[in-house]
Amino acid sequence: MTATEERPAAEIGASRRRKEDARLITGRTRWTDNIVLPGLQHIAMVRSPFAHARITSIDTEAAKASTGVVAVITGADIADEQGALPNAWAVIPDQKAPVHLSMAVDHVAFAGEIVAMVVARTAAEANDAADLVDVDYEELEPALELKAAARDEVIAHPDLGTNVSAVWSYDSAESGTGGDVEAAIAAARDGGIVIEQEFRQQRLIPAFMEPRSIVVDPTTEQMTVWSSTQVPHFVKIFIALVLGIPESKIRVIAPDVGGGFGGKLQFTPEEVLTVIAARRTGKPCKYTESRSESLMAAHHGRDQWQQLTLAANADGTVTGLKVELIADMGAYLGLVTSAIPLLGAFMYNGIYKFPAYHLGITNVFTNKTWTDAYRGAGRPEATYAIERLMDELAARVGVDALEIRERNWIKHEEFPFSTVSGLRYDSGNYEAATAKARELFGYDDLRAEQRKRRESGDPVQLGIGVSTFTEMCGLAPSRWLGSMGYVGGGWEHAAVRMLPTGKVEVVTGTSPHGQGHETAWSQLVADRLGVAFEDVEVLHGDTQVAVRGLDTYGSRSLAVGGMAVLAAADKVIEKAKPIAAQLLEANADDLDFSGGRYGVRGTDAGMTMAELAFAVFQGHKLDGSAEGCLDADATLDPDDFSFPHGTHLCAVEVDTETGASKIRSYVCVDDVGVVVNPMIVEGQVHGGLAQGIAQALYEEAVHDDSGTLVTGSFDQYTLPGAPDLPSFEAARTETPATTNQLGVKGVGEAGTIASTPAVVNAIVDALRPLGVTDVPMPCTPYRVWTAIQEGSRS
Amino acid sequence: MTRITVKVDGSSFTDEVEPRTLLVLYLREQLGKTGTVVGCDTGNCGACTVHLDGRSVKSCSLLAVQADGHEITTIEGLATNGELHPMQQAFHENHALQCGYCTPGMIMQSIDLIADNPNPSEDDIRLGLEGNLCRCTGYQNIVKAVQAAAAAPQPSAAGGAQ
Repeated sequence: MTATEERPAAEIGASRRRKEDARLITGRTRWTDNIVLPGLQHIAMVRSPFAHARITSIDTEAAKASTGVVAVITGADIADEQGALPNAWAVIPDQKAPVHLSMAVDHVAFAGEIVAMVVARTAAEANDAADLVDVDYEELEPALELKAAARDEVIAHPDLGTNVSAVWSYDSAESGTGGDVEAAIAAARDGGIVIEQEFRQQRLIPAFMEPRSIVVDPTTEQMTVWSSTQVPHFVKIFIALVLGIPESKIRVIAPDVGGGFGGKLQFTPEEVLTVIAARRTGKPCKYTESRSESLMAAHHGRDQWQQLTLAANADGTVTGLKVELIADMGAYLGLVTSAIPLLGAFMYNGIYKFPAYHLGITNVFTNKTWTDAYRGAGRPEATYAIERLMDELAARVGVDALEIRERNWIKHEEFPFSTVSGLRYDSGNYEAATAKARELFGYDDLRAEQRKRRESGDPVQLGIGVSTFTEMCGLAPSRWLGSMGYVGGGWEHAAVRMLPTGKVEVVTGTSPHGQGHETAWSQLVADRLGVAFEDVEVLHGDTQVAVRGLDTYGSRSLAVGGMAVLAAADKVIEKAKPIAAQLLEANADDLDFSGGRYGVRGTDAGMTMAELAFAVFQGHKLDGSAEGCLDADATLDPDDFSFPHGTHLCAVEVDTETGASKIRSYVCVDDVGVVVNPMIVEGQVHGGLAQGIAQALYEEAVHDDSGTLVTGSFDQYTLPGAPDLPSFEAARTETPATTNQLGVKGVGEAGTIASTPAVVNAIVDALRPLGVTDVPMPCTPYRVWTAIQEGSRS
Repeated sequence: MTRITVKVDGSSFTDEVEPRTLLVLYLREQLGKTGTVVGCDTGNCGACTVHLDGRSVKSCSLLAVQADGHEITTIEGLATNGELHPMQQAFHENHALQCGYCTPGMIMQSIDLIADNPNPSEDDIRLGLEGNLCRCTGYQNIVKAVQAAAAAPQPSAAGGAQ
């Protein structure tokens, strides 16, 4: 009956071990693929082996006759039923896009596109029969190379007539946020410095560890859809909109979800088709992708060309930046494919205060797997560009890489600061983060060692890479999203309920898949309500429980969702006040709330939240003047973004004879504002660093000349393993955000955004005396070696 | 169909299996041992790692019939009488997991690693876990957890089967 007694003085800031772990370390997990229902049928997909083709015929007879097969369904069979998959972000009003079918009817636009599905008694029988589906294709020339596609040399979708989906631009002179970049460049050509450089953001694959899986039970009052997704609330709405099923007839559950990184921020063909299969057969159906299918058909990330022109005075003061980028949409627009470059558009100025900026974006279709959000989503690309350029500028001016940044960054006393791209940075202290990183790294000693190795001609050269970054987090103010062409909002919802026994149920509209919300939200509520951490239960990921929500992505969960939880908790405290006044026979104005207890000022009289919750449950002594319930809901729409920042320093040893790079040390000082759980924050940073380093050194999705994904398994798409990564030193400074009540900023993407340029800057820094000014990513030994050969020739 | 008899997490099972059935699918689908998961189809990720007669194996790379007559321990058989195995405890204490999908395989491999090498260096641990991929943690806290577990008193047997 009583709540747990012990609680630490403050939960916020405590490295609480995670509640989630209990089931995850013992195998009592709830992955979607674990779900078994009576009469469950299994689905296998038939996918196009060609990047671009017309379907001339599909023969399903042999598959239908195969043992255990319940149904074989082609695109033509469901042409009137399947609707079209949504794109939720028109970056311009007349954005062009092909119709995106869950199952192709007569035209396939990437290798991996679904052309038929088999429903059978077992997964093995479904897979056997899928091999018997005989599809005839007429191959078409695929549009593969991004720049050629932008010139419409080969058209990915003949019906569309062009590969260009949208052209979008931002200009500081036109927007009134700064000067004219062409004038800045012209001025710099006359006695200043102009750096022109092109960077390739290679195509990456999110590669969450749990392959996607969907189970649909059509026999329940509300059709139940379990999906390994980051966005159960999106999935519910889109099933309704795409398939015409009343929203009130759909329940979506994201049970334990094994990673996402943006890759499960999607509404997928596989979800639509599993619903269709279940609806048609009237029985529960399951689809679980293989890893090969996942790498081929789950959306990819990055894939841009960036053409950059940086203008600066001779002393290294940046005067303008011009960016022209081409972004590969792949074959179709997913939920926010079109907006990924846009999410980076406001970050090219980084932490700097230069006065002129122009960005042009061209979104282009090719016959490759569609792209969409991948950890950082637009911001890693922007950060890479500006941070690589700052190193090149330092080299041209002949000053240290940290010195050039200090000359250009926003000083801590200059916040709030309105940037050249039109954002308002509320807070930051780049000096403090950099000073701390510099000390932890032993910057001066490493520079001294670098000099020695250069002087001695050591075949193993030492490079030091700098990356000072910021990012926009806490997606997002709904008004901003609306102004940018997004159809949805950016608010978040929460509920807090005091239970009769003093326990607390917290419902959040965020949908964690590894981030530890059950733990961190418990800490928030324990602190606010003055109850024990163990007494708080956090519920999420089921639309029957978390009835409103906008899920987890864009480093939004704490800054938006967590603040909604606090707002709901505050409402519970407010609701308890008149009840406490009644029960304590005191004037409400004489009550103070502290440590989970309403006390009558100047007396020992008081009641804890647990006592109030039980009194409310009984209702015996309530006079009816206040609502007898200690539950509250809150919806919170953020006023503005938050802006985490940090300084990352990386030392890389490069063997100039083999081209092999080895990270010797990596120090990062991140300022993510107030921290609820330092252990979880550090874990997020570690994982983010690993993914950013993977872009710099290891990963690339490669297609051959026919459009086949060469890196179609974990044999070829090489996620870093434990021996491929160093231990990191992750430290923090704490400059609270002013855009939310707790001062938090967000941490999910920081490591990924910052680390890629830090590593590549280090490699280029090691090789600069050899004439190297750039190495394309991923910086494999062969590419590094080639850059050395080319550098020494030039 | 082929008849096999296996001992899994301390219980004996006799079943008819298709000769092509992978051990991991037999564990998951016929025995309901869904704590062991599938992460890839090429033997790279190690998420399906279990112990066969006390040594780690990737259960996606063995057929169920190859396990006939052998003892298997999965992640579900590690805790004894509600007491976590020291490696499980170390993963929890050191925040060595985020989404948790690689965790069963990672824990099973880590136990095998310190059985082979009770005092591993950081490099030993990283090399010993080369066959297990994690996308969330960057491995640093996994390394810490293995170091912590190596320093902790070890149970005489790993779970129910030895």
